[in-house]
Amino acid sequence: MLLLSWLAPVVLLIVWELLAQAGWLSPQVLPAPSKVIRTAFKLVVSGSLLNDLGVSLLRAVAGFAIGGSIGFALGILVGFSRVAEAAIDRSIQMIRAIPFLALLPLVIVWLGVGEVEKIFLVALGVTFPIYINTTLGIRQVDPKLIELGRVQGLGTLELIRRIILPGALPSILTGVRYALATAWLALVVAETIGAQSGIGFLAMDAREFLRTDVIVLTIVIYALIGVAADAIACHLERRLLAWHPNYGGAR
Amino acid sequence: MTLHVVPSSSTASPAVAVTNLRRAYGSRVVIDNLSLRIERGEFVALLGESGCGKTTLLRALAGLDPIDGGRIAAPRRPAVVFQEHRLLPWDSLWRNVALGLQAPNARERAAAALAEVGLGDRLDDWPRNLSGGQAQRVALARALVQEPELLLLDELFAALDALTRIRMHELVRELVATHRPGVLLVTHDVDEAIALADRILVMREGRIAFEHRTRGHGAQSIARIELLAELGVAAFQPIPA
Ligand SMILES: Nc1ncnc2c1ncn2[C@@H]1O[C@H](COP(=O)(O)OP(=O)(O)OP(=O)(O)O)[C@@H](O)[C@H]1O
Ligand SMILES: [Mg+2]
Repeated sequence: MLLLSWLAPVVLLIVWELLAQAGWLSPQVLPAPSKVIRTAFKLVVSGSLLNDLGVSLLRAVAGFAIGGSIGFALGILVGFSRVAEAAIDRSIQMIRAIPFLALLPLVIVWLGVGEVEKIFLVALGVTFPIYINTTLGIRQVDPKLIELGRVQGLGTLELIRRIILPGALPSILTGVRYALATAWLALVVAETIGAQSGIGFLAMDAREFLRTDVIVLTIVIYALIGVAADAIACHLERRLLAWHPNYGGAR
Repeated sequence: MTLHVVPSSSTASPAVAVTNLRRAYGSRVVIDNLSLRIERGEFVALLGESGCGKTTLLRALAGLDPIDGGRIAAPRRPAVVFQEHRLLPWDSLWRNVALGLQAPNARERAAAALAEVGLGDRLDDWPRNLSGGQAQRVALARALVQEPELLLLDELFAALDALTRIRMHELVRELVATHRPGVLLVTHDVDEAIALADRILVMREGRIAFEHRTRGHGAQSIARIELLAELGVAAFQPIPA
Protein backbone atom coordinates (compact mmCIF):
# COMPACT_ATOMS: atom_id res chain seq x y z
CA MET A 1 0.00 0.00 0.00
CA LEU A 2 2.83 2.35 0.88
CA LEU A 3 4.50 1.45 -2.41
CA LEU A 4 1.31 2.11 -4.31
CA SER A 5 0.79 5.49 -2.68
CA TRP A 6 4.27 6.56 -3.84
CA LEU A 7 3.78 5.15 -7.33
CA ALA A 8 1.56 7.94 -8.69
CA PRO A 9 3.83 10.87 -7.80
CA VAL A 10 6.90 9.05 -9.10
CA VAL A 11 5.20 8.23 -12.39
CA LEU A 12 4.06 11.84 -12.66
CA LEU A 13 7.64 13.02 -12.15
CA ILE A 14 8.96 10.63 -14.81
CA VAL A 15 6.31 11.69 -17.34
CA TRP A 16 7.13 15.33 -16.62
CA GLU A 17 10.84 14.64 -17.17
CA LEU A 18 10.17 12.77 -20.41
CA LEU A 19 7.89 15.50 -21.76
CA ALA A 20 10.52 18.12 -20.98
CA GLN A 21 13.32 16.06 -22.52
CA ALA A 22 11.25 15.51 -25.67
CA GLY A 23 10.84 19.25 -25.97
CA TRP A 24 7.05 19.14 -25.66
CA LEU A 25 7.25 21.21 -22.50
CA SER A 26 8.95 24.55 -23.04
CA PRO A 27 11.61 25.19 -20.35
CA GLN A 28 10.06 28.66 -20.07
CA VAL A 29 6.86 27.07 -18.79
CA LEU A 30 8.15 24.15 -16.76
CA PRO A 31 11.78 23.04 -16.63
CA ALA A 32 12.63 19.35 -16.37
CA PRO A 33 12.97 18.01 -12.81
CA SER A 34 16.57 17.11 -13.57
CA LYS A 35 17.26 20.70 -14.51
CA VAL A 36 15.78 21.90 -11.23
CA ILE A 37 18.03 19.50 -9.34
CA ARG A 38 21.11 20.71 -11.23
CA THR A 39 20.17 24.31 -10.51
CA ALA A 40 19.72 23.48 -6.83
CA PHE A 41 23.16 21.89 -6.77
CA LYS A 42 24.77 24.93 -8.42
CA LEU A 43 23.08 27.36 -6.06
CA VAL A 44 24.11 25.31 -3.03
CA VAL A 45 27.73 25.20 -4.18
CA SER A 46 27.79 28.95 -4.78
CA GLY A 47 26.44 29.37 -1.25
CA SER A 48 23.61 31.71 -2.25
CA LEU A 49 20.83 29.17 -1.71
CA LEU A 50 21.84 28.33 1.86
CA ASN A 51 22.26 32.01 2.59
CA ASP A 52 18.75 32.84 1.36
CA LEU A 53 17.31 29.83 3.14
CA GLY A 54 18.96 30.95 6.36
CA VAL A 55 17.52 34.44 6.02
CA SER A 56 14.02 33.08 5.43
CA LEU A 57 14.20 30.66 8.35
CA LEU A 58 15.44 33.40 10.64
CA ARG A 59 12.47 35.59 9.72
CA ALA A 60 10.09 32.70 10.30
CA VAL A 61 11.60 31.78 13.67
CA ALA A 62 11.75 35.37 14.89
CA GLY A 63 8.16 36.08 13.83
CA PHE A 64 6.96 32.82 15.31
CA ALA A 65 8.70 33.43 18.61
CA ILE A 66 7.34 36.95 18.95
CA GLY A 67 3.79 36.17 17.79
CA GLY A 68 3.72 32.91 19.75
CA SER A 69 4.80 34.60 22.99
CA ILE A 70 2.25 37.37 22.62
CA GLY A 71 -0.55 34.94 21.74
CA PHE A 72 0.36 32.63 24.62
CA ALA A 73 0.62 35.45 27.15
CA LEU A 74 -2.71 36.94 26.09
CA GLY A 75 -4.27 33.48 26.08
CA ILE A 76 -3.09 32.79 29.63
CA LEU A 77 -4.32 36.18 30.80
CA VAL A 78 -7.77 35.79 29.29
CA GLY A 79 -7.98 32.11 30.24
CA PHE A 80 -7.44 32.88 33.91
CA SER A 81 -9.00 36.27 34.40
CA ARG A 82 -12.64 37.08 33.79
CA VAL A 83 -11.70 40.75 33.93
CA ALA A 84 -9.09 40.36 31.20
CA GLU A 85 -11.58 38.38 29.16
CA ALA A 86 -14.20 41.11 29.42
CA ALA A 87 -11.60 43.75 28.61
CA ILE A 88 -9.81 42.32 25.61
CA ASP A 89 -11.39 39.15 24.25
CA ARG A 90 -13.96 40.88 22.07
CA SER A 91 -11.38 43.19 20.51
CA ILE A 92 -9.14 40.25 19.70
CA GLN A 93 -12.01 38.27 18.20
CA MET A 94 -12.90 41.26 16.00
CA ILE A 95 -9.35 41.75 14.75
CA ARG A 96 -9.15 38.05 14.12
CA ALA A 97 -12.07 38.28 11.70
CA ILE A 98 -9.80 40.20 9.32
CA PRO A 99 -7.77 37.89 7.08
CA PHE A 100 -4.36 38.97 8.34
CA LEU A 101 -2.89 39.15 4.82
CA ALA A 102 -5.39 41.90 4.03
CA LEU A 103 -3.44 44.07 6.47
CA LEU A 104 -0.31 43.85 4.32
CA PRO A 105 -0.69 47.22 2.52
CA LEU A 106 -1.24 48.94 5.84
CA VAL A 107 1.75 47.18 7.39
CA ILE A 108 3.90 48.30 4.47
CA VAL A 109 2.77 51.89 4.95
CA TRP A 110 3.66 51.66 8.65
CA LEU A 111 6.88 49.75 8.47
CA GLY A 112 8.13 49.91 4.87
CA VAL A 113 9.28 46.72 3.22
CA GLY A 114 12.24 45.85 5.43
CA GLU A 115 12.86 43.01 7.88
CA VAL A 116 10.55 44.50 10.51
CA GLU A 117 7.56 44.36 8.18
CA LYS A 118 8.24 40.70 7.34
CA ILE A 119 8.68 39.60 10.93
CA PHE A 120 5.65 41.64 11.95
CA LEU A 121 3.47 39.92 9.36
CA VAL A 122 4.60 36.47 10.46
CA ALA A 123 4.04 37.37 14.12
CA LEU A 124 0.58 38.66 13.28
CA GLY A 125 -0.35 35.40 11.59
CA VAL A 126 0.93 33.36 14.54
CA THR A 127 -0.57 35.35 17.41
CA PHE A 128 -4.22 34.52 16.80
CA PRO A 129 -4.16 30.74 16.47
CA ILE A 130 -1.95 30.49 19.55
CA TYR A 131 -4.16 32.89 21.50
CA ILE A 132 -7.40 31.16 20.62
CA ASN A 133 -6.19 27.67 21.33
CA THR A 134 -4.57 28.67 24.61
CA THR A 135 -7.76 30.23 26.00
CA LEU A 136 -9.81 27.35 24.65
CA GLY A 137 -7.48 24.80 26.24
CA ILE A 138 -7.59 26.49 29.62
CA ARG A 139 -11.40 26.67 29.56
CA GLN A 140 -11.67 23.01 28.67
CA VAL A 141 -9.71 21.73 31.66
CA ASP A 142 -11.97 19.39 33.64
CA PRO A 143 -13.32 21.35 36.64
CA LYS A 144 -13.37 18.10 38.61
CA LEU A 145 -9.59 17.87 38.31
CA ILE A 146 -9.24 21.47 39.47
CA GLU A 147 -11.42 20.62 42.46
CA LEU A 148 -9.20 17.62 43.13
CA GLY A 149 -6.19 19.93 43.10
CA ARG A 150 -7.82 22.02 45.81
CA VAL A 151 -8.62 18.94 47.86
CA GLN A 152 -4.97 17.90 47.63
CA GLY A 153 -3.99 21.31 48.91
CA LEU A 154 -2.30 22.74 45.81
CA GLY A 155 -1.58 26.47 45.78
CA THR A 156 -2.56 28.59 42.80
CA LEU A 157 0.81 28.29 41.05
CA GLU A 158 1.00 24.53 41.62
CA LEU A 159 -2.57 24.21 40.37
CA ILE A 160 -1.62 25.99 37.15
CA ARG A 161 1.58 24.01 36.71
CA ARG A 162 0.30 20.54 37.60
CA ILE A 163 -3.29 20.66 36.33
CA ILE A 164 -4.31 23.61 34.16
CA LEU A 165 -1.37 23.86 31.77
CA PRO A 166 -1.05 20.10 31.16
CA GLY A 167 -4.79 19.97 30.63
CA ALA A 168 -4.63 22.80 28.11
CA LEU A 169 -1.56 21.45 26.33
CA PRO A 170 -3.29 19.39 23.62
CA SER A 171 -5.21 22.45 22.51
CA ILE A 172 -2.14 24.69 22.71
CA LEU A 173 -0.15 22.30 20.53
CA THR A 174 -2.96 22.23 17.99
CA GLY A 175 -2.60 26.00 17.92
CA VAL A 176 1.15 25.71 17.39
CA ARG A 177 0.64 23.42 14.45
CA TYR A 178 -1.90 25.69 12.87
CA ALA A 179 0.32 28.72 13.54
CA LEU A 180 3.24 27.07 11.74
CA ALA A 181 1.14 26.91 8.60
CA THR A 182 0.05 30.56 8.83
CA ALA A 183 3.61 31.66 9.65
CA TRP A 184 4.82 30.03 6.49
CA LEU A 185 2.08 31.57 4.40
CA ALA A 186 2.83 35.01 5.84
CA LEU A 187 6.50 34.60 5.06
CA VAL A 188 5.89 33.66 1.43
CA VAL A 189 3.68 36.69 0.93
CA ALA A 190 6.00 39.07 2.78
CA GLU A 191 9.06 37.89 0.87
CA THR A 192 7.35 38.25 -2.46
CA ILE A 193 7.18 41.99 -1.91
CA GLY A 194 10.36 44.00 -1.79
CA ALA A 195 12.78 41.50 -0.34
CA GLN A 196 16.55 41.84 -0.81
CA SER A 197 17.28 38.30 0.29
CA GLY A 198 15.49 35.12 1.24
CA ILE A 199 13.78 32.35 -0.70
CA GLY A 200 11.05 34.71 -1.87
CA PHE A 201 13.65 37.15 -3.15
CA LEU A 202 15.28 34.29 -5.03
CA ALA A 203 11.99 33.55 -6.73
CA MET A 204 11.20 37.14 -7.63
CA ASP A 205 14.72 37.72 -8.88
CA ALA A 206 14.44 34.61 -11.06
CA ARG A 207 11.17 35.88 -12.44
CA GLU A 208 12.94 38.90 -13.93
CA PHE A 209 15.11 36.56 -15.98
CA LEU A 210 12.41 33.97 -16.69
CA ARG A 211 14.43 31.38 -14.76
CA THR A 212 11.58 28.97 -14.17
CA ASP A 213 14.01 26.35 -12.87
CA VAL A 214 14.88 28.60 -9.93
CA ILE A 215 11.22 29.46 -9.37
CA VAL A 216 10.21 25.81 -9.27
CA LEU A 217 13.12 25.18 -6.91
CA THR A 218 11.89 27.86 -4.46
CA ILE A 219 8.38 26.38 -4.57
CA VAL A 220 9.80 22.96 -3.74
CA ILE A 221 11.85 24.44 -0.89
CA TYR A 222 8.79 26.17 0.57
CA ALA A 223 6.95 22.86 0.42
CA LEU A 224 9.79 20.91 2.02
CA ILE A 225 10.15 23.36 4.88
CA GLY A 226 6.40 23.30 5.45
CA VAL A 227 6.50 19.52 5.66
CA ALA A 228 9.51 19.63 7.98
CA ALA A 229 7.82 22.14 10.31
CA ASP A 230 4.72 19.99 10.48
CA ALA A 231 6.83 16.93 11.22
CA ILE A 232 8.52 18.74 14.09
CA ALA A 233 5.16 19.81 15.50
CA CYS A 234 3.90 16.26 15.14
CA HIS A 235 6.93 14.88 16.95
CA LEU A 236 6.44 17.45 19.71
CA GLU A 237 2.84 16.37 20.13
CA ARG A 238 3.79 12.75 20.33
CA ARG A 239 6.43 13.41 22.95
CA LEU A 240 4.56 15.90 25.12
CA LEU A 241 1.23 14.10 24.86
CA ALA A 242 2.51 10.57 25.33
CA TRP A 243 -0.14 10.21 28.05
CA HIS A 244 -2.95 11.10 25.67
CA PRO A 245 -4.81 8.19 24.05
CA ASN A 246 -5.13 10.12 20.78
CA TYR A 247 -1.44 10.95 20.42
CA GLY A 248 1.01 8.65 22.19
CA GLY A 249 0.79 5.06 21.02
CA ALA A 250 0.41 2.20 23.47
CA ARG A 251 3.27 2.04 25.91
CA MET B 1 -21.72 32.10 53.94
CA THR B 2 -19.40 32.26 56.88
CA LEU B 3 -17.34 29.73 58.76
CA HIS B 4 -15.05 27.19 57.32
CA VAL B 5 -12.96 24.37 58.73
CA VAL B 6 -11.61 25.56 62.06
CA PRO B 7 -8.24 24.05 62.97
CA SER B 8 -7.70 22.58 66.41
CA SER B 9 -4.88 20.34 67.48
CA SER B 10 -5.34 18.61 70.81
CA THR B 11 -4.61 14.88 70.52
CA ALA B 12 -7.86 13.92 72.19
CA SER B 13 -9.85 15.85 69.61
CA PRO B 14 -12.12 13.94 67.24
CA ALA B 15 -11.41 13.56 63.54
CA VAL B 16 -14.22 15.98 62.93
CA ALA B 17 -16.92 17.66 64.99
CA VAL B 18 -19.86 19.32 63.29
CA THR B 19 -22.27 21.46 65.26
CA ASN B 20 -25.55 22.89 64.01
CA LEU B 21 -24.42 22.85 60.39
CA ARG B 22 -26.65 24.62 57.91
CA ARG B 23 -26.34 24.66 54.14
CA ALA B 24 -28.80 26.00 51.61
CA TYR B 25 -28.83 26.39 47.85
CA GLY B 26 -30.65 29.68 47.45
CA SER B 27 -33.83 29.37 49.48
CA ARG B 28 -33.70 25.55 49.50
CA VAL B 29 -32.28 24.33 52.81
CA VAL B 30 -30.46 21.04 52.28
CA ILE B 31 -28.67 20.65 55.62
CA ASP B 32 -30.42 22.03 58.65
CA ASN B 33 -29.03 22.07 62.16
CA LEU B 34 -26.97 18.94 61.65
CA SER B 35 -24.52 17.81 64.32
CA LEU B 36 -22.05 14.98 63.93
CA ARG B 37 -18.87 13.78 65.57
CA ILE B 38 -16.45 11.23 64.17
CA GLU B 39 -13.59 9.91 66.31
CA ARG B 40 -10.20 9.03 64.90
CA GLY B 41 -10.11 5.43 63.80
CA GLU B 42 -13.89 5.32 63.65
CA PHE B 43 -15.59 4.13 60.46
CA VAL B 44 -18.94 5.82 59.88
CA ALA B 45 -21.27 5.05 57.00
CA LEU B 46 -23.86 7.56 55.86
CA LEU B 47 -27.07 6.32 54.25
CA GLY B 48 -30.00 8.31 52.98
CA GLU B 49 -32.26 8.45 50.02
CA SER B 50 -31.12 10.10 46.84
CA GLY B 51 -31.03 13.89 47.03
CA CYS B 52 -31.17 14.07 50.83
CA GLY B 53 -27.89 15.97 51.04
CA LYS B 54 -25.16 13.38 51.65
CA THR B 55 -22.80 14.73 49.02
CA THR B 56 -23.56 18.25 50.19
CA LEU B 57 -22.50 17.31 53.72
CA LEU B 58 -19.34 15.60 52.49
CA ARG B 59 -18.36 18.58 50.36
CA ALA B 60 -18.89 20.91 53.30
CA LEU B 61 -16.67 18.71 55.48
CA ALA B 62 -14.03 18.72 52.72
CA GLY B 63 -14.06 22.51 52.70
CA LEU B 64 -15.11 22.51 49.04
CA ASP B 65 -18.30 24.48 49.56
CA PRO B 66 -19.09 27.38 51.87
CA ILE B 67 -21.48 26.76 54.76
CA ASP B 68 -24.36 28.94 55.85
CA GLY B 69 -24.24 28.39 59.55
CA GLY B 70 -22.83 26.28 62.35
CA ARG B 71 -19.31 25.06 62.82
CA ILE B 72 -17.01 22.38 61.47
CA ALA B 73 -13.96 21.64 63.62
CA ALA B 74 -11.29 19.44 62.13
CA PRO B 75 -7.62 19.13 63.07
CA ARG B 76 -6.42 19.16 59.50
CA ARG B 77 -7.67 19.22 55.94
CA PRO B 78 -9.44 15.94 55.25
CA ALA B 79 -8.59 13.65 52.34
CA VAL B 80 -11.32 12.89 49.82
CA VAL B 81 -11.88 10.04 47.37
CA PHE B 82 -14.57 10.87 44.86
CA GLN B 83 -16.85 8.49 43.04
CA GLU B 84 -14.75 9.00 39.90
CA HIS B 85 -11.06 8.35 40.44
CA ARG B 86 -10.00 11.80 39.16
CA LEU B 87 -6.46 10.74 38.29
CA LEU B 88 -4.46 13.22 36.23
CA PRO B 89 -4.09 11.49 32.84
CA TRP B 90 -0.81 13.30 32.10
CA ASP B 91 0.99 12.15 35.23
CA SER B 92 2.45 8.76 36.03
CA LEU B 93 0.86 6.84 38.89
CA TRP B 94 3.46 7.82 41.46
CA ARG B 95 3.21 11.49 40.51
CA ASN B 96 -0.56 11.23 40.84
CA VAL B 97 -0.24 9.78 44.31
CA ALA B 98 2.34 12.40 45.30
CA LEU B 99 0.12 15.30 44.12
CA GLY B 100 0.21 17.96 46.82
CA LEU B 101 2.60 15.98 49.00
CA GLN B 102 5.10 18.37 50.55
CA ALA B 103 7.98 16.04 51.29
CA PRO B 104 11.48 15.60 49.90
CA ASN B 105 11.01 11.83 49.61
CA ALA B 106 7.68 12.15 47.80
CA ARG B 107 8.47 9.39 45.33
CA GLU B 108 9.33 6.87 48.03
CA ARG B 109 6.22 7.68 49.99
CA ALA B 110 4.08 7.43 46.88
CA ALA B 111 5.73 4.10 46.07
CA ALA B 112 4.98 2.79 49.55
CA ALA B 113 1.34 3.90 49.28
CA LEU B 114 0.99 2.26 45.87
CA ALA B 115 2.50 -0.93 47.23
CA GLU B 116 -0.11 -0.87 49.99
CA VAL B 117 -2.91 -0.93 47.42
CA GLY B 118 -1.16 -3.68 45.46
CA LEU B 119 0.19 -1.53 42.62
CA GLY B 120 3.80 -1.24 43.75
CA ASP B 121 5.09 -2.43 40.38
CA ARG B 122 3.23 0.20 38.32
CA LEU B 123 4.89 3.41 39.57
CA ASP B 124 5.67 4.83 36.13
CA ASP B 125 2.59 3.57 34.34
CA TRP B 126 -0.12 5.87 32.95
CA PRO B 127 -3.61 6.06 34.50
CA ARG B 128 -5.21 5.13 31.18
CA ASN B 129 -3.68 1.66 31.42
CA LEU B 130 -5.62 0.90 34.60
CA SER B 131 -8.92 -0.87 35.15
CA GLY B 132 -11.67 0.93 37.07
CA GLY B 133 -10.86 -0.87 40.31
CA GLN B 134 -7.12 -0.25 39.96
CA ALA B 135 -7.73 3.45 39.30
CA GLN B 136 -9.85 3.65 42.47
CA ARG B 137 -7.03 1.99 44.39
CA VAL B 138 -4.62 4.66 43.17
CA ALA B 139 -7.09 7.34 44.26
CA LEU B 140 -7.21 5.65 47.67
CA ALA B 141 -3.40 5.61 47.85
CA ARG B 142 -3.37 9.31 46.94
CA ALA B 143 -5.72 10.07 49.83
CA LEU B 144 -3.90 7.90 52.39
CA VAL B 145 -0.40 9.13 51.54
CA GLN B 146 -1.46 12.46 53.05
CA GLU B 147 -1.91 10.65 56.38
CA PRO B 148 -5.31 12.25 56.90
CA GLU B 149 -7.10 12.25 60.22
CA LEU B 150 -10.38 12.30 58.35
CA LEU B 151 -11.05 10.36 55.16
CA LEU B 152 -14.16 11.20 53.13
CA LEU B 153 -15.41 8.61 50.65
CA ASP B 154 -18.36 9.46 48.38
CA GLU B 155 -19.89 6.32 46.87
CA LEU B 156 -16.39 5.03 46.43
CA PHE B 157 -17.54 1.58 45.34
CA ALA B 158 -20.62 2.49 43.34
CA ALA B 159 -19.02 2.23 39.91
CA LEU B 160 -17.29 -1.10 40.55
CA ASP B 161 -18.48 -4.58 39.64
CA ALA B 162 -19.60 -6.85 42.47
CA LEU B 163 -16.42 -8.89 42.71
CA THR B 164 -14.09 -5.90 42.59
CA ARG B 165 -16.29 -4.24 45.18
CA ILE B 166 -15.81 -7.11 47.63
CA ARG B 167 -12.04 -6.96 47.14
CA MET B 168 -12.09 -3.20 47.65
CA HIS B 169 -14.05 -3.68 50.89
CA GLU B 170 -11.27 -5.91 52.18
CA LEU B 171 -8.60 -3.46 51.13
CA VAL B 172 -10.32 -0.44 52.65
CA ARG B 173 -10.90 -2.32 55.91
CA GLU B 174 -7.20 -3.22 56.12
CA LEU B 175 -5.99 0.24 55.21
CA VAL B 176 -8.28 1.92 57.71
CA ALA B 177 -7.16 -0.52 60.40
CA THR B 178 -3.51 0.38 59.66
CA HIS B 179 -3.79 4.15 59.29
CA ARG B 180 -6.73 4.71 61.63
CA PRO B 181 -8.23 7.86 60.15
CA GLY B 182 -11.80 8.75 60.94
CA VAL B 183 -13.83 7.66 57.93
CA LEU B 184 -17.11 8.95 56.54
CA LEU B 185 -18.38 6.71 53.76
CA VAL B 186 -21.40 7.79 51.75
CA THR B 187 -23.13 4.78 50.26
CA HIS B 188 -26.47 3.52 48.99
CA ASP B 189 -25.72 -0.05 49.94
CA VAL B 190 -27.06 -1.07 53.34
CA ASP B 191 -25.08 -4.32 53.33
CA GLU B 192 -21.89 -2.47 52.51
CA ALA B 193 -22.53 -0.12 55.40
CA ILE B 194 -23.10 -3.05 57.75
CA ALA B 195 -20.00 -4.84 56.50
CA LEU B 196 -17.63 -1.91 56.87
CA ALA B 197 -18.85 0.60 59.42
CA ASP B 198 -18.65 0.85 63.20
CA ARG B 199 -21.58 3.23 63.11
CA ILE B 200 -24.27 3.81 60.52
CA LEU B 201 -26.13 7.07 60.15
CA VAL B 202 -29.29 7.68 58.19
CA MET B 203 -29.80 11.20 56.94
CA ARG B 204 -33.26 12.63 56.41
CA GLU B 205 -34.68 16.13 56.12
CA GLY B 206 -31.30 17.74 56.43
CA ARG B 207 -30.16 16.05 59.61
CA ILE B 208 -29.10 12.75 61.12
CA ALA B 209 -32.38 10.95 61.68
CA PHE B 210 -31.17 7.56 62.83
CA GLU B 211 -28.03 6.03 64.22
CA HIS B 212 -27.00 2.40 64.51
CA ARG B 213 -23.85 0.89 66.05
CA THR B 214 -22.72 -2.32 64.46
CA ARG B 215 -20.06 -3.36 66.97
CA GLY B 216 -20.49 -7.00 67.92
CA HIS B 217 -21.94 -8.51 64.79
CA GLY B 218 -24.71 -11.05 65.05
CA ALA B 219 -27.82 -8.91 64.97
CA GLN B 220 -27.05 -8.05 61.39
CA SER B 221 -30.27 -9.12 59.77
CA ILE B 222 -32.25 -7.17 62.34
CA ALA B 223 -30.05 -4.14 61.68
CA ARG B 224 -30.66 -4.56 57.99
CA ILE B 225 -34.43 -4.60 58.33
CA GLU B 226 -34.32 -1.66 60.69
CA LEU B 227 -32.09 0.38 58.39
CA LEU B 228 -34.16 -0.39 55.34
CA ALA B 229 -37.26 0.69 57.23
CA GLU B 230 -35.53 3.97 58.10
CA LEU B 231 -34.79 4.44 54.42
CA GLY B 232 -38.44 3.93 53.61
CA VAL B 233 -38.03 0.45 52.17
CA ALA B 234 -40.07 -2.36 53.69
CA ALA B 235 -37.98 -5.54 53.85
CA PHE B 236 -40.42 -8.37 54.35
CA GLN B 237 -37.86 -11.10 54.16
CA PRO B 238 -34.82 -11.10 56.38
CA ILE B 239 -31.73 -12.46 54.64
CA PRO B 240 -30.95 -16.04 55.67
CA ALA B 241 -28.36 -16.15 58.44
N1 LIG C 1 -25.12 23.05 43.07
C1 LIG C 1 -26.39 22.88 43.48
N2 LIG C 1 -27.30 23.87 43.30
C2 LIG C 1 -28.58 23.72 43.71
N3 LIG C 1 -29.04 22.63 44.32
C3 LIG C 1 -28.20 21.61 44.53
C4 LIG C 1 -26.82 21.68 44.12
N4 LIG C 1 -26.21 20.53 44.45
C5 LIG C 1 -27.16 19.79 45.04
N5 LIG C 1 -28.34 20.41 45.09
C6 LIG C 1 -29.58 19.89 45.69
O1 LIG C 1 -29.32 19.59 47.03
C7 LIG C 1 -29.96 18.39 47.40
C8 LIG C 1 -28.96 17.42 47.97
O2 LIG C 1 -28.05 17.03 46.96
P1 LIG C 1 -26.88 15.98 47.24
O3 LIG C 1 -26.07 15.89 46.02
O4 LIG C 1 -26.21 16.35 48.50
O5 LIG C 1 -27.71 14.64 47.44
P2 LIG C 1 -27.18 13.18 47.77
O6 LIG C 1 -27.75 12.79 49.06
O7 LIG C 1 -25.72 13.11 47.62
O8 LIG C 1 -27.90 12.35 46.62
P3 LIG C 1 -27.38 11.05 45.84
O9 LIG C 1 -27.56 9.91 46.79
O10 LIG C 1 -28.32 10.94 44.70
O11 LIG C 1 -25.97 11.29 45.44
C9 LIG C 1 -30.65 17.87 46.16
O12 LIG C 1 -32.01 18.17 46.25
C10 LIG C 1 -30.02 18.62 45.03
O13 LIG C 1 -30.95 18.85 44.02
MG1 LIG D 1 -24.34 12.15 46.24
